Amino acid sequence: MGDLAWILISALLVNNFVLTLFLGLCPFFGVTSRVSTAVRLGLANLFVLLLTALCAWFLNRFVLGEAPYLRLIAFIVVIASLVQIVEMAIKKWSPVLFRQLGIYLPLITTNCAILGLAIFQTNRGYGFWQGMAFAVGAGLGLTLALVLMASIRERLDVADVPAVARGTGIVLIIAACLSLAFMGFAGLGSSL
Amino acid sequence: MAAAPAASLEDLTRGLWRENPVLVQMLGLCPTLAVTNSVANGIAMGVATLFVLLGSNVLVASLRTVIPKEVRITSYILIIATFVTTADFTLEALVPRIHAALGPFVALIVVNCIILGRAEAFASRVSVRRAALDAIGMGTGFTMVLLMMSGVREVLGSGTLLGMALFGGRFEPWVIMVLPPGGFLTLGIFLLLLAWRAERRQRVQEA
Repeated sequence: MGDLAWILISALLVNNFVLTLFLGLCPFFGVTSRVSTAVRLGLANLFVLLLTALCAWFLNRFVLGEAPYLRLIAFIVVIASLVQIVEMAIKKWSPVLFRQLGIYLPLITTNCAILGLAIFQTNRGYGFWQGMAFAVGAGLGLTLALVLMASIRERLDVADVPAVARGTGIVLIIAACLSLAFMGFAGLGSSL
Repeated sequence: MAAAPAASLEDLTRGLWRENPVLVQMLGLCPTLAVTNSVANGIAMGVATLFVLLGSNVLVASLRTVIPKEVRITSYILIIATFVTTADFTLEALVPRIHAALGPFVALIVVNCIILGRAEAFASRVSVRRAALDAIGMGTGFTMVLLMMSGVREVLGSGTLLGMALFGGRFEPWVIMVLPPGGFLTLGIFLLLLAWRAERRQRVQEA
């Protein structure tokens, strides 16, 4: 059980997908102007990550043993269809959320975090429950990073940012500070 | 395709600076930040991306009348994934150490927005020659940014360039620069400098 908890904490904090592995930067820079949207997108990602971990485990276990060179192609096709299904489901059940997420919903397909999760999971040889814990940790970590960034940017709206730094420049500098803070978690490894 | 404009130098040079995929379009940030902690990694990533971009652009352009509109994105992704798999195995065979250092980021070229973006926005509408020129321009522009980033980060962060020590024993490396925060910081500073230059040029023009 300690193993599962460690995988979760590691993906959530120590090896946070966004701030230390640079996965999922597009939504991190694109959809973090409001906290409410950031939370929703984070949770949508968490959901897709869980489904992906499930599919990747299934593919690795039952299909790709014979043909590892098809791994990348199989993963990307499965992820693309998954996102399409999630998109249709959200459109049906919550049109408001669908409008708010806009272009970023289909872009979950090309979100490196999703494919990255599948590849990491494969490389590390995670089993079923380990994969699930990894997906939950990664999804929560992504949500955490999005929400942190969105809260800072909401405050930034009323701050006097120099004209040259407005836009992506200041966001990258903030990301550097956040990333620096998350490096503090690196010491967590030995105590768990 | 009779009305299609001929290939021009513009197709080639556009990606280098004026429409640079990273600095201007803000695409492909994940690899730009993740693998630029040493110049060797940056070069390998740049060349691999250039190869995939060229292959996918040429194939997409030559198949543009065959691929049905409804399934075009899926088809593009399949084409890209094929080239990435090729690049992945080639790197593993030729430079195993760099391949190990790049880790999953070679496979993640599949989801590099630059490649899908060029396939969708450009290669699917133009002749093979123009698509190829565009791929070379964009790929070189991307490699250039990787070189700039990794150059700054390797020199400051480990005091070396391509593995050769630059400063002798006295240099205290600024370790943060080769760690994740350094990536964000370096790109942020690049963007600040560019914005500052653009603003100053505008002011000079107005005066």
